[in-house]
Amino acid sequence: MPEKQSVMRSIPEGGHVNIVACVKQVPDTEAQIKVKPDGSGIDESGIKWVMNPYDEFGVEEALKYKEKFGGDVTIVCFGPGRAMESIRTALAMGADKGIHIDDPAYEGADAYATASVLAAAIKGIPYDIIFCGQRAIDDDSGQVAAILAELLDLPQLTVVTKAESDGKTVKVVRPVEGASFVIEAALPAVVTAQKGLNEPRYASLPGIMKAKKKPVDVKKVADLGVTLESKAKVVKMVPPPARPPGKIISGDEPAAKAAELAKLLREEAKVI
Amino acid sequence: MAKGVFIVAEQRDGAFRKISYELASTARKLADELGDEAGAILLGSGVEGIAGELGKYGVDKVFVVDDAAMEPYTTDAYAAAVAKIVKENDPAILLFGATAQGKDLSARVAGKLATGLATDCTELKIADGKMVAVRPMYAGKCFGEVVTSTFPQMASIRPNVFPAVENAKAGAVTKVDAGLDPAQLKTKVVEVQKDTSGKIDLTEANIIVSGGRGMGGPEGYAILEELANILGATVGASRAAVDSGWRPQTDQVGQTGKVVSPNLYVACGISGAIQHLAGMSSSKYIVAVNKDPEAPIFSKADYGLVDDLYKIVPELAKECKKLLG
Repeated sequence: MPEKQSVMRSIPEGGHVNIVACVKQVPDTEAQIKVKPDGSGIDESGIKWVMNPYDEFGVEEALKYKEKFGGDVTIVCFGPGRAMESIRTALAMGADKGIHIDDPAYEGADAYATASVLAAAIKGIPYDIIFCGQRAIDDDSGQVAAILAELLDLPQLTVVTKAESDGKTVKVVRPVEGASFVIEAALPAVVTAQKGLNEPRYASLPGIMKAKKKPVDVKKVADLGVTLESKAKVVKMVPPPARPPGKIISGDEPAAKAAELAKLLREEAKVI
Repeated sequence: MAKGVFIVAEQRDGAFRKISYELASTARKLADELGDEAGAILLGSGVEGIAGELGKYGVDKVFVVDDAAMEPYTTDAYAAAVAKIVKENDPAILLFGATAQGKDLSARVAGKLATGLATDCTELKIADGKMVAVRPMYAGKCFGEVVTSTFPQMASIRPNVFPAVENAKAGAVTKVDAGLDPAQLKTKVVEVQKDTSGKIDLTEANIIVSGGRGMGGPEGYAILEELANILGATVGASRAAVDSGWRPQTDQVGQTGKVVSPNLYVACGISGAIQHLAGMSSSKYIVAVNKDPEAPIFSKADYGLVDDLYKIVPELAKECKKLLG
Protein backbone atom coordinates (compact mmCIF):
# COMPACT_ATOMS: atom_id res chain seq x y z
CA MET A 1 0.00 0.00 0.00
CA PRO A 2 1.26 3.47 -0.73
CA GLU A 3 1.59 5.93 2.08
CA LYS A 4 -1.42 8.18 2.12
CA GLN A 5 -1.61 11.93 1.66
CA SER A 6 2.04 12.48 0.98
CA VAL A 7 2.18 15.21 -1.63
CA MET A 8 5.79 14.69 -2.63
CA ARG A 9 5.65 10.97 -3.30
CA SER A 10 6.26 9.56 -6.74
CA ILE A 11 4.85 6.37 -8.09
CA PRO A 12 7.05 3.41 -7.20
CA GLU A 13 7.82 0.81 -9.85
CA GLY A 14 4.86 -1.51 -9.89
CA GLY A 15 3.30 0.44 -7.03
CA HIS A 16 -0.35 1.27 -6.68
CA VAL A 17 -1.43 4.32 -8.65
CA ASN A 18 -4.30 6.43 -7.45
CA ILE A 19 -6.12 8.28 -10.18
CA VAL A 20 -8.95 10.71 -9.55
CA ALA A 21 -11.46 12.05 -12.06
CA CYS A 22 -13.97 14.74 -11.12
CA VAL A 23 -17.33 14.76 -12.83
CA LYS A 24 -20.38 16.98 -12.96
CA GLN A 25 -23.80 16.26 -14.34
CA VAL A 26 -25.13 18.92 -16.72
CA PRO A 27 -28.00 19.41 -19.18
CA ASP A 28 -27.38 17.77 -22.54
CA THR A 29 -26.04 20.13 -25.23
CA GLU A 30 -29.30 19.84 -27.16
CA ALA A 31 -31.32 21.00 -24.14
CA GLN A 32 -33.35 24.18 -24.48
CA ILE A 33 -32.60 26.30 -21.43
CA LYS A 34 -35.57 28.20 -20.02
CA VAL A 35 -35.05 30.74 -17.26
CA LYS A 36 -37.61 30.66 -14.45
CA PRO A 37 -39.91 33.70 -14.58
CA ASP A 38 -38.42 35.10 -11.36
CA GLY A 39 -34.88 34.81 -12.74
CA SER A 40 -33.79 32.64 -9.82
CA GLY A 41 -32.48 29.83 -12.02
CA ILE A 42 -33.40 27.58 -14.89
CA ASP A 43 -36.49 25.49 -15.31
CA GLU A 44 -35.18 21.95 -14.97
CA SER A 45 -38.31 20.20 -16.19
CA GLY A 46 -37.81 18.09 -19.27
CA ILE A 47 -34.05 18.39 -19.20
CA LYS A 48 -31.98 15.37 -20.13
CA TRP A 49 -28.98 15.19 -17.79
CA VAL A 50 -25.64 13.85 -18.91
CA MET A 51 -22.07 13.73 -17.71
CA ASN A 52 -20.37 17.00 -18.63
CA PRO A 53 -18.78 16.22 -22.05
CA TYR A 54 -15.39 17.61 -20.99
CA ASP A 55 -15.47 15.41 -17.88
CA GLU A 56 -15.95 12.41 -20.17
CA PHE A 57 -12.59 13.24 -21.74
CA GLY A 58 -11.16 13.44 -18.21
CA VAL A 59 -12.60 10.05 -17.23
CA GLU A 60 -11.31 8.50 -20.45
CA GLU A 61 -7.83 9.89 -19.81
CA ALA A 62 -7.97 8.55 -16.25
CA LEU A 63 -8.85 5.10 -17.60
CA LYS A 64 -6.02 5.23 -20.13
CA TYR A 65 -3.68 6.21 -17.33
CA LYS A 66 -4.85 3.23 -15.33
CA GLU A 67 -4.34 0.94 -18.32
CA LYS A 68 -0.75 2.13 -18.55
CA PHE A 69 0.24 2.20 -14.89
CA GLY A 70 -2.30 0.05 -13.09
CA GLY A 71 -3.99 1.27 -9.93
CA ASP A 72 -7.53 2.50 -9.65
CA VAL A 73 -9.73 5.35 -10.71
CA THR A 74 -11.91 7.15 -8.19
CA ILE A 75 -14.74 9.34 -9.46
CA VAL A 76 -15.47 12.37 -7.30
CA CYS A 77 -18.71 14.26 -7.82
CA PHE A 78 -20.42 17.09 -5.95
CA GLY A 79 -24.02 17.19 -7.04
CA PRO A 80 -27.61 16.29 -6.23
CA GLY A 81 -29.03 12.75 -6.13
CA ARG A 82 -29.51 12.62 -9.91
CA ALA A 83 -25.75 13.07 -10.40
CA MET A 84 -25.30 9.44 -9.26
CA GLU A 85 -26.20 8.49 -12.84
CA SER A 86 -23.08 10.24 -14.11
CA ILE A 87 -20.96 8.50 -11.48
CA ARG A 88 -22.42 5.15 -12.57
CA THR A 89 -21.69 6.04 -16.19
CA ALA A 90 -18.04 6.63 -15.31
CA LEU A 91 -17.96 3.36 -13.34
CA ALA A 92 -19.51 1.58 -16.32
CA MET A 93 -16.76 3.02 -18.52
CA GLY A 94 -14.29 1.32 -16.19
CA ALA A 95 -13.67 3.52 -13.14
CA ASP A 96 -13.41 1.58 -9.89
CA LYS A 97 -15.21 3.54 -7.21
CA GLY A 98 -16.93 6.79 -6.49
CA ILE A 99 -17.37 9.50 -3.92
CA HIS A 100 -20.65 11.35 -4.22
CA ILE A 101 -21.08 14.48 -2.14
CA ASP A 102 -24.85 14.64 -2.32
CA ASP A 103 -25.88 17.72 -0.42
CA PRO A 104 -28.47 20.48 -0.89
CA ALA A 105 -25.58 22.94 -0.47
CA TYR A 106 -24.84 22.17 -4.12
CA GLU A 107 -27.51 24.69 -5.08
CA GLY A 108 -25.88 28.09 -5.15
CA ALA A 109 -22.36 26.75 -4.59
CA ASP A 110 -19.95 28.79 -6.71
CA ALA A 111 -16.65 27.63 -8.16
CA TYR A 112 -14.76 28.31 -4.93
CA ALA A 113 -17.26 26.42 -2.80
CA THR A 114 -17.36 23.53 -5.26
CA ALA A 115 -13.57 23.33 -5.39
CA SER A 116 -13.45 23.38 -1.57
CA VAL A 117 -15.78 20.38 -1.41
CA LEU A 118 -13.84 18.44 -4.05
CA ALA A 119 -10.53 19.32 -2.37
CA ALA A 120 -11.79 18.12 1.01
CA ALA A 121 -13.03 14.85 -0.51
CA ILE A 122 -9.79 14.26 -2.42
CA LYS A 123 -7.62 15.06 0.61
CA GLY A 124 -9.23 12.07 2.27
CA ILE A 125 -7.91 9.62 -0.34
CA PRO A 126 -4.52 8.99 -1.90
CA TYR A 127 -4.02 10.65 -5.28
CA ASP A 128 -1.29 10.74 -7.90
CA ILE A 129 -3.06 12.56 -10.71
CA ILE A 130 -6.40 14.35 -10.92
CA PHE A 131 -8.34 14.75 -14.16
CA CYS A 132 -11.17 17.25 -14.65
CA GLY A 133 -13.03 18.61 -17.65
CA GLN A 134 -11.72 22.00 -18.77
CA ARG A 135 -15.10 23.52 -17.93
CA ALA A 136 -18.66 22.42 -17.28
CA ILE A 137 -21.01 23.33 -20.10
CA ASP A 138 -23.73 24.59 -17.75
CA ASP A 139 -22.24 27.50 -15.87
CA ASP A 140 -19.24 27.67 -18.24
CA SER A 141 -17.07 29.09 -15.50
CA GLY A 142 -13.95 26.95 -16.01
CA GLN A 143 -12.53 27.73 -12.57
CA VAL A 144 -13.11 24.72 -10.35
CA ALA A 145 -10.06 22.69 -11.40
CA ALA A 146 -7.67 25.62 -10.95
CA ILE A 147 -9.04 26.47 -7.51
CA LEU A 148 -8.91 22.77 -6.62
CA ALA A 149 -5.24 22.74 -7.65
CA GLU A 150 -4.60 25.83 -5.53
CA LEU A 151 -6.33 24.33 -2.49
CA LEU A 152 -4.32 21.11 -2.85
CA ASP A 153 -1.14 23.09 -3.64
CA LEU A 154 -0.70 21.24 -6.94
CA PRO A 155 0.36 22.37 -10.39
CA GLN A 156 -2.46 22.86 -12.88
CA LEU A 157 -2.26 21.94 -16.55
CA THR A 158 -5.43 23.25 -18.10
CA VAL A 159 -7.31 22.80 -21.37
CA VAL A 160 -4.96 20.16 -22.72
CA THR A 161 -5.25 18.14 -25.94
CA LYS A 162 -2.45 15.72 -25.18
CA ALA A 163 -1.09 14.27 -21.94
CA GLU A 164 1.81 11.88 -21.55
CA SER A 165 3.26 10.55 -18.35
CA ASP A 166 6.17 8.45 -17.20
CA GLY A 167 4.51 7.95 -13.85
CA LYS A 168 6.51 10.68 -12.15
CA THR A 169 5.84 13.68 -14.35
CA VAL A 170 3.16 14.65 -16.81
CA LYS A 171 3.77 16.45 -20.08
CA VAL A 172 0.88 18.11 -21.85
CA VAL A 173 0.06 20.07 -24.96
CA ARG A 174 -2.02 23.16 -24.28
CA PRO A 175 -3.26 25.09 -27.32
CA VAL A 176 -3.53 28.86 -26.85
CA GLU A 177 -4.37 31.52 -29.45
CA GLY A 178 -1.84 31.08 -32.25
CA ALA A 179 0.44 28.61 -30.47
CA SER A 180 0.66 25.44 -28.43
CA PHE A 181 2.55 25.22 -25.16
CA VAL A 182 4.22 21.98 -24.21
CA ILE A 183 4.25 22.01 -20.41
CA GLU A 184 5.70 19.60 -17.89
CA ALA A 185 5.02 19.20 -14.20
CA ALA A 186 5.88 16.72 -11.49
CA LEU A 187 3.03 14.59 -10.16
CA PRO A 188 0.70 14.88 -8.44
CA ALA A 189 -0.97 17.43 -10.67
CA VAL A 190 -4.39 18.55 -11.87
CA VAL A 191 -4.95 18.09 -15.60
CA THR A 192 -8.03 19.49 -17.36
CA ALA A 193 -9.29 17.91 -20.55
CA GLN A 194 -10.11 19.72 -23.77
CA LYS A 195 -11.91 18.10 -26.68
CA GLY A 196 -9.33 16.32 -28.81
CA LEU A 197 -7.51 14.76 -25.85
CA ASN A 198 -9.06 11.37 -26.57
CA GLU A 199 -12.19 9.61 -27.75
CA PRO A 200 -14.22 8.57 -24.70
CA ARG A 201 -15.21 4.91 -24.73
CA TYR A 202 -18.80 3.82 -24.47
CA ALA A 203 -19.88 1.82 -21.47
CA SER A 204 -20.27 -1.83 -22.43
CA LEU A 205 -23.24 -3.86 -21.25
CA PRO A 206 -21.07 -5.95 -18.88
CA GLY A 207 -19.51 -2.67 -17.77
CA ILE A 208 -22.94 -1.31 -16.91
CA MET A 209 -23.78 -4.49 -14.96
CA LYS A 210 -20.50 -4.36 -13.05
CA ALA A 211 -20.91 -0.65 -12.32
CA LYS A 212 -23.99 -1.37 -10.24
CA LYS A 213 -21.86 -3.30 -7.74
CA LYS A 214 -18.95 -0.88 -7.56
CA PRO A 215 -18.70 1.07 -4.31
CA VAL A 216 -19.86 4.68 -4.14
CA ASP A 217 -19.31 6.50 -0.88
CA VAL A 218 -22.15 8.99 -0.40
CA LYS A 219 -21.30 11.89 1.85
CA LYS A 220 -22.62 15.22 3.05
CA VAL A 221 -20.56 18.39 3.01
CA ALA A 222 -20.49 18.30 6.83
CA ASP A 223 -18.82 14.85 6.72
CA LEU A 224 -15.85 16.46 5.00
CA GLY A 225 -15.33 19.05 7.72
CA VAL A 226 -15.47 21.91 5.26
CA THR A 227 -17.50 25.09 5.53
CA LEU A 228 -18.93 26.30 2.27
CA GLU A 229 -18.31 29.89 1.38
CA SER A 230 -19.61 31.02 -1.97
CA LYS A 231 -17.82 34.16 -3.08
CA ALA A 232 -19.73 34.87 -6.26
CA LYS A 233 -23.49 34.77 -6.45
CA VAL A 234 -25.67 34.65 -9.53
CA VAL A 235 -28.22 37.25 -8.46
CA LYS A 236 -30.39 37.00 -11.54
CA MET A 237 -30.67 34.95 -14.69
CA VAL A 238 -32.17 36.27 -17.90
CA PRO A 239 -32.82 34.83 -21.35
CA PRO A 240 -30.49 36.00 -24.12
CA PRO A 241 -31.49 39.24 -25.83
CA ALA A 242 -33.84 38.56 -28.75
CA ARG A 243 -32.36 39.11 -32.19
CA PRO A 244 -34.32 41.34 -34.55
CA PRO A 245 -36.00 39.43 -37.37
CA GLY A 246 -33.68 38.84 -40.31
CA LYS A 247 -33.99 39.47 -44.00
CA ILE A 248 -34.19 36.67 -46.56
CA ILE A 249 -32.44 37.66 -49.76
CA SER A 250 -34.50 36.11 -52.52
CA GLY A 251 -34.06 35.82 -56.25
CA ASP A 252 -33.18 33.24 -58.86
CA GLU A 253 -29.62 34.10 -59.69
CA PRO A 254 -26.97 33.16 -57.12
CA ALA A 255 -24.71 35.92 -58.45
CA ALA A 256 -27.38 38.59 -57.95
CA LYS A 257 -28.14 37.34 -54.44
CA ALA A 258 -24.47 37.26 -53.51
CA ALA A 259 -24.08 40.80 -54.83
CA GLU A 260 -27.06 41.96 -52.79
CA LEU A 261 -25.62 40.32 -49.66
CA ALA A 262 -22.19 41.86 -50.16
CA LYS A 263 -23.83 45.27 -50.59
CA LEU A 264 -25.88 44.88 -47.40
CA LEU A 265 -22.84 43.75 -45.41
CA ARG A 266 -20.90 46.73 -46.69
CA GLU A 267 -23.53 49.48 -46.57
CA GLU A 268 -26.16 48.43 -44.03
CA ALA A 269 -24.27 46.31 -41.49
CA LYS A 270 -20.93 47.97 -42.20
CA VAL A 271 -19.03 44.84 -41.21
CA ILE A 272 -16.89 44.35 -44.31
CA MET B 1 -10.72 49.60 2.10
CA ALA B 2 -10.32 48.09 -1.30
CA LYS B 3 -10.15 50.79 -3.95
CA GLY B 4 -9.41 51.10 -7.65
CA VAL B 5 -9.96 49.02 -10.76
CA PHE B 6 -6.99 46.90 -11.84
CA ILE B 7 -6.42 44.89 -14.97
CA VAL B 8 -3.93 42.16 -15.74
CA ALA B 9 -2.66 43.13 -19.18
CA GLU B 10 -1.63 40.45 -21.65
CA GLN B 11 1.37 40.60 -23.90
CA ARG B 12 2.96 38.02 -26.16
CA ASP B 13 6.56 38.36 -27.32
CA GLY B 14 6.75 41.89 -25.97
CA ALA B 15 3.66 43.24 -27.76
CA PHE B 16 0.29 43.88 -26.16
CA ARG B 17 -2.58 41.77 -27.29
CA LYS B 18 -5.73 43.66 -28.26
CA ILE B 19 -7.53 42.41 -25.16
CA SER B 20 -5.18 44.56 -23.06
CA TYR B 21 -6.57 47.73 -24.60
CA GLU B 22 -10.11 46.43 -24.19
CA LEU B 23 -9.32 45.76 -20.53
CA ALA B 24 -7.71 49.17 -20.01
CA SER B 25 -10.71 50.99 -21.53
CA THR B 26 -13.15 48.93 -19.49
CA ALA B 27 -11.22 49.63 -16.29
CA ARG B 28 -11.19 53.36 -17.11
CA LYS B 29 -14.95 53.38 -17.54
CA LEU B 30 -15.61 51.51 -14.29
CA ALA B 31 -13.04 53.61 -12.40
CA ASP B 32 -14.70 56.81 -13.60
CA GLU B 33 -18.07 55.56 -12.38
CA LEU B 34 -16.56 54.78 -8.99
CA GLY B 35 -14.38 57.89 -8.88
CA ASP B 36 -11.29 55.70 -8.49
CA GLU B 37 -8.06 55.06 -10.30
CA ALA B 38 -7.44 52.50 -13.02
CA GLY B 39 -4.31 50.41 -12.58
CA ALA B 40 -2.65 47.74 -14.68
CA ILE B 41 -0.41 44.79 -13.93
CA LEU B 42 2.04 43.87 -16.66
CA LEU B 43 4.17 40.75 -16.41
CA GLY B 44 6.90 39.63 -18.77
CA SER B 45 10.55 39.79 -19.61
CA GLY B 46 11.83 42.93 -21.35
CA VAL B 47 8.39 44.52 -21.21
CA GLU B 48 9.04 47.66 -19.18
CA GLY B 49 9.38 49.70 -22.38
CA ILE B 50 5.82 49.01 -23.54
CA ALA B 51 4.15 49.56 -20.14
CA GLY B 52 3.41 53.23 -20.74
CA GLU B 53 1.28 52.38 -23.79
CA LEU B 54 -1.51 51.32 -21.47
CA GLY B 55 -1.82 54.97 -20.41
CA LYS B 56 -3.18 55.77 -23.86
CA TYR B 57 -6.21 53.63 -23.09
CA GLY B 58 -6.95 55.21 -19.74
CA VAL B 59 -4.70 53.56 -17.18
CA ASP B 60 -3.38 55.84 -14.42
CA LYS B 61 -0.62 53.56 -13.24
CA VAL B 62 1.11 50.40 -14.33
CA PHE B 63 2.84 47.87 -12.07
CA VAL B 64 5.46 46.02 -14.04
CA VAL B 65 7.23 42.82 -13.15
CA ASP B 66 10.06 42.58 -15.67
CA ASP B 67 11.72 39.29 -14.87
CA ALA B 68 13.12 36.39 -16.90
CA ALA B 69 10.89 34.05 -14.86
CA MET B 70 7.85 35.74 -16.45
CA GLU B 71 8.69 34.50 -19.94
CA PRO B 72 7.11 32.33 -21.17
CA TYR B 73 3.86 32.41 -19.21
CA THR B 74 3.46 29.89 -16.42
CA THR B 75 0.47 29.75 -14.10
CA ASP B 76 2.68 29.58 -11.02
CA ALA B 77 4.91 32.58 -11.69
CA TYR B 78 2.09 34.79 -12.93
CA ALA B 79 -0.38 33.85 -10.19
CA ALA B 80 2.21 34.50 -7.48
CA ALA B 81 3.12 37.91 -8.93
CA VAL B 82 -0.49 39.00 -9.44
CA ALA B 83 -1.47 37.89 -5.94
CA LYS B 84 1.45 39.81 -4.45
CA ILE B 85 0.62 43.05 -6.29
CA VAL B 86 -3.06 42.73 -5.42
CA LYS B 87 -2.32 42.16 -1.74
CA GLU B 88 -0.05 45.20 -1.63
CA ASN B 89 -2.43 47.52 -3.48
CA ASP B 90 -5.87 46.21 -2.48
CA PRO B 91 -7.90 47.00 -5.62
CA ALA B 92 -11.70 46.68 -5.41
CA ILE B 93 -11.98 45.17 -8.88
CA LEU B 94 -9.53 42.99 -10.80
CA LEU B 95 -10.09 42.26 -14.48
CA PHE B 96 -8.55 39.71 -16.86
CA GLY B 97 -9.10 38.84 -20.49
CA ALA B 98 -11.08 35.66 -21.06
CA THR B 99 -8.26 34.39 -23.25
CA ALA B 100 -6.46 31.07 -22.90
CA GLN B 101 -3.93 32.71 -20.59
CA GLY B 102 -6.42 34.90 -18.76
CA LYS B 103 -8.76 32.00 -18.03
CA ASP B 104 -5.95 29.84 -16.66
CA LEU B 105 -4.50 32.65 -14.58
CA SER B 106 -7.66 34.28 -13.25
CA ALA B 107 -9.02 31.04 -11.83
CA ARG B 108 -5.76 30.30 -10.01
CA VAL B 109 -5.62 33.85 -8.65
CA ALA B 110 -9.25 33.56 -7.49
CA GLY B 111 -8.20 30.46 -5.57
CA LYS B 112 -5.16 32.17 -4.09
CA LEU B 113 -7.05 35.28 -3.02
CA ALA B 114 -10.15 33.28 -2.01
CA THR B 115 -12.41 35.64 -3.87
CA GLY B 116 -15.13 35.38 -6.48
CA LEU B 117 -14.57 35.43 -10.22
CA ALA B 118 -17.10 35.88 -13.01
CA THR B 119 -15.70 34.34 -16.20
CA ASP B 120 -16.07 35.42 -19.82
CA CYS B 121 -18.27 38.45 -19.13
CA THR B 122 -20.01 40.42 -21.87
CA GLU B 123 -21.05 43.40 -19.73
CA LEU B 124 -19.77 44.97 -16.52
CA LYS B 125 -21.70 47.62 -14.64
CA ILE B 126 -21.64 49.31 -11.28
CA ALA B 127 -24.60 49.20 -8.88
CA ASP B 128 -24.41 50.42 -5.29
CA GLY B 129 -20.66 50.83 -5.56
CA LYS B 130 -20.15 47.20 -6.57
CA MET B 131 -19.46 45.56 -9.88
CA VAL B 132 -22.25 43.52 -11.43
CA ALA B 133 -20.88 41.13 -14.05
CA VAL B 134 -23.11 39.88 -16.83
CA ARG B 135 -22.00 36.62 -18.37
CA PRO B 136 -23.38 34.02 -20.76
CA MET B 137 -24.17 30.65 -19.21
CA TYR B 138 -25.00 27.41 -21.00
CA ALA B 139 -22.90 28.83 -23.86
CA GLY B 140 -25.25 31.79 -24.17
CA LYS B 141 -28.58 29.99 -23.85
CA CYS B 142 -29.10 32.34 -20.91
CA PHE B 143 -27.23 35.08 -19.07
CA GLY B 144 -26.42 35.44 -15.39
CA GLU B 145 -25.78 38.57 -13.37
CA VAL B 146 -23.03 37.84 -10.90
CA VAL B 147 -22.10 39.81 -7.81
CA THR B 148 -19.02 38.90 -5.85
CA SER B 149 -19.23 39.60 -2.15
CA THR B 150 -15.48 39.44 -1.52
CA PHE B 151 -12.70 41.76 -2.71
CA PRO B 152 -11.26 42.15 -5.17
CA GLN B 153 -14.32 41.44 -7.25
CA MET B 154 -12.81 39.54 -10.16
CA ALA B 155 -14.04 39.17 -13.70
CA SER B 156 -12.64 38.11 -17.04
CA ILE B 157 -13.98 39.80 -20.17
CA ARG B 158 -14.71 38.14 -23.47
CA PRO B 159 -12.41 39.34 -26.26
CA ASN B 160 -13.98 41.49 -29.00
CA VAL B 161 -16.95 42.59 -26.90
CA PHE B 162 -15.70 45.60 -24.93
CA PRO B 163 -14.50 48.56 -27.02
CA ALA B 164 -10.91 49.76 -26.82
CA VAL B 165 -11.12 53.55 -26.55
CA GLU B 166 -8.17 55.91 -26.52
CA ASN B 167 -8.34 58.13 -23.45
CA ALA B 168 -4.86 59.23 -22.46
CA LYS B 169 -3.93 59.10 -18.78
CA ALA B 170 -0.62 59.18 -16.97
CA GLY B 171 0.21 55.50 -17.27
CA ALA B 172 2.89 55.99 -14.60
CA VAL B 173 5.13 52.94 -14.47
CA THR B 174 6.24 51.35 -11.19
CA LYS B 175 8.64 48.41 -11.25
CA VAL B 176 7.80 45.62 -8.84
CA ASP B 177 9.95 42.75 -7.70
CA ALA B 178 7.74 39.66 -7.73
CA GLY B 179 9.95 38.06 -5.08
CA LEU B 180 9.40 34.66 -6.64
CA ASP B 181 10.39 31.63 -4.69
CA PRO B 182 11.68 29.07 -7.22
CA ALA B 183 10.04 26.36 -5.12
CA GLN B 184 6.67 27.87 -6.09
CA LEU B 185 7.32 27.19 -9.74
CA LYS B 186 5.92 23.75 -10.35
CA THR B 187 5.37 23.81 -14.08
CA LYS B 188 7.89 24.20 -16.82
CA VAL B 189 7.23 25.21 -20.40
CA VAL B 190 9.27 22.78 -22.44
CA GLU B 191 8.42 24.21 -25.82
CA VAL B 192 6.24 26.83 -27.49
CA GLN B 193 5.06 25.64 -30.89
CA LYS B 194 3.99 28.71 -32.84
CA ASP B 195 1.26 28.48 -35.37
CA THR B 196 2.88 30.12 -38.38
CA SER B 197 -0.29 30.20 -40.48
CA GLY B 198 -1.03 33.71 -39.23
CA LYS B 199 -4.62 32.63 -38.64
CA ILE B 200 -6.46 34.73 -36.06
CA ASP B 201 -8.01 32.62 -33.33
CA LEU B 202 -11.78 32.20 -33.61
CA THR B 203 -12.31 33.85 -30.23
CA GLU B 204 -10.53 36.98 -31.43
CA ALA B 205 -11.68 37.10 -35.05
CA ASN B 206 -13.72 40.02 -36.36
CA ILE B 207 -15.20 37.88 -39.11
CA ILE B 208 -15.79 34.12 -39.12
CA VAL B 209 -16.75 32.05 -42.14
CA SER B 210 -18.00 28.73 -40.85
CA GLY B 211 -18.98 25.49 -42.55
CA GLY B 212 -21.11 22.60 -41.40
CA ARG B 213 -22.41 19.27 -42.57
CA GLY B 214 -23.63 20.89 -45.78
CA MET B 215 -20.01 21.27 -46.91
CA GLY B 216 -20.18 17.58 -47.73
CA GLY B 217 -16.54 16.89 -47.00
CA PRO B 218 -13.19 18.47 -46.19
CA GLU B 219 -12.51 19.61 -49.79
CA GLY B 220 -15.39 22.06 -49.74
CA TYR B 221 -13.66 24.26 -47.21
CA ALA B 222 -11.38 25.58 -49.96
CA ILE B 223 -14.12 28.01 -51.04
CA LEU B 224 -14.60 29.13 -47.45
CA GLU B 225 -10.85 29.66 -47.10
CA GLU B 226 -10.92 31.77 -50.24
CA LEU B 227 -13.77 33.94 -48.96
CA ALA B 228 -12.05 34.18 -45.57
CA ASN B 229 -8.83 35.36 -47.21
CA ILE B 230 -10.65 38.15 -48.99
CA LEU B 231 -12.46 39.23 -45.82
CA GLY B 232 -9.54 38.76 -43.43
CA ALA B 233 -11.71 36.19 -41.68
CA THR B 234 -11.05 32.99 -39.78
CA VAL B 235 -12.66 29.72 -40.87
CA GLY B 236 -14.74 27.87 -38.29
CA ALA B 237 -16.74 24.65 -38.33
CA SER B 238 -19.73 23.01 -36.72
CA ARG B 239 -19.47 20.00 -34.43
CA ALA B 240 -20.76 17.76 -37.23
CA ALA B 241 -17.87 18.83 -39.47
CA VAL B 242 -15.27 18.39 -36.71
CA ASP B 243 -16.65 15.03 -35.59
CA SER B 244 -16.54 13.86 -39.23
CA GLY B 245 -12.83 14.68 -39.23
CA TRP B 246 -13.16 17.38 -41.90
CA ARG B 247 -11.69 20.14 -39.73
CA PRO B 248 -9.48 20.22 -36.64
CA GLN B 249 -11.08 20.40 -33.24
CA THR B 250 -9.68 23.92 -32.71
CA ASP B 251 -12.06 25.14 -35.44
CA GLN B 252 -15.22 24.04 -33.66
CA VAL B 253 -17.77 26.69 -32.75
CA GLY B 254 -20.47 25.79 -30.25
CA GLN B 255 -21.20 24.68 -26.73
CA THR B 256 -18.44 22.06 -26.76
CA GLY B 257 -16.14 24.19 -28.87
CA LYS B 258 -15.44 27.88 -28.95
CA VAL B 259 -18.01 30.46 -28.02
CA VAL B 260 -17.46 33.37 -30.38
CA SER B 261 -18.60 36.99 -30.76
CA PRO B 262 -17.33 38.30 -34.09
CA ASN B 263 -18.80 41.30 -35.91
CA LEU B 264 -19.84 38.97 -38.72
CA TYR B 265 -20.51 35.25 -38.69
CA VAL B 266 -21.18 33.59 -42.04
CA ALA B 267 -22.74 30.15 -41.53
CA CYS B 268 -22.52 27.96 -44.61
CA GLY B 269 -24.29 24.62 -44.70
CA ILE B 270 -24.91 24.78 -40.96
CA SER B 271 -28.41 23.79 -39.96
CA GLY B 272 -28.19 25.41 -36.54
CA ALA B 273 -28.29 22.76 -33.83
CA ILE B 274 -29.00 24.32 -30.44
CA GLN B 275 -25.47 23.73 -29.24
CA HIS B 276 -24.09 25.53 -32.31
CA LEU B 277 -26.48 28.47 -32.06
CA ALA B 278 -25.48 28.86 -28.43
CA GLY B 279 -21.86 29.26 -29.43
CA MET B 280 -22.33 31.99 -32.04
CA SER B 281 -25.58 33.83 -31.41
CA SER B 282 -23.84 36.76 -29.72
CA SER B 283 -22.20 37.61 -33.06
CA LYS B 284 -23.17 41.13 -34.14
CA TYR B 285 -24.31 40.08 -37.62
CA ILE B 286 -25.14 36.59 -38.77
CA VAL B 287 -25.43 35.41 -42.36
CA ALA B 288 -26.88 31.98 -43.14
CA VAL B 289 -26.51 30.16 -46.42
CA ASN B 290 -28.43 26.90 -46.48
CA LYS B 291 -30.46 24.92 -48.98
CA ASP B 292 -33.09 24.04 -46.39
CA PRO B 293 -35.47 26.98 -45.79
CA GLU B 294 -36.56 25.33 -42.52
CA ALA B 295 -33.04 25.22 -41.06
CA PRO B 296 -33.08 26.69 -37.52
CA ILE B 297 -30.02 28.82 -38.36
CA PHE B 298 -32.36 31.20 -40.24
CA SER B 299 -34.07 32.12 -36.96
CA LYS B 300 -30.80 33.73 -35.83
CA ALA B 301 -29.71 35.16 -39.17
CA ASP B 302 -29.75 38.85 -40.03
CA TYR B 303 -29.36 37.93 -43.68
CA GLY B 304 -30.46 34.59 -45.04
CA LEU B 305 -29.90 33.00 -48.43
CA VAL B 306 -31.83 29.84 -49.20
CA ASP B 307 -29.59 28.35 -51.83
CA ASP B 308 -26.71 26.02 -52.56
CA LEU B 309 -23.65 27.32 -50.75
CA TYR B 310 -21.46 26.03 -53.58
CA LYS B 311 -23.20 28.51 -55.89
CA ILE B 312 -23.38 31.41 -53.43
CA VAL B 313 -19.99 31.39 -51.71
CA PRO B 314 -17.78 31.74 -54.85
CA GLU B 315 -20.04 34.56 -56.08
CA LEU B 316 -19.91 36.22 -52.69
CA ALA B 317 -16.13 35.97 -52.73
CA LYS B 318 -16.08 37.66 -56.14
CA GLU B 319 -18.38 40.47 -54.98
CA CYS B 320 -16.43 41.05 -51.79
CA LYS B 321 -13.19 41.17 -53.73
CA LYS B 322 -14.71 43.84 -55.99
CA LEU B 323 -15.96 45.88 -53.03
CA LEU B 324 -12.77 45.60 -51.02
CA GLY B 325 -10.48 46.16 -53.96
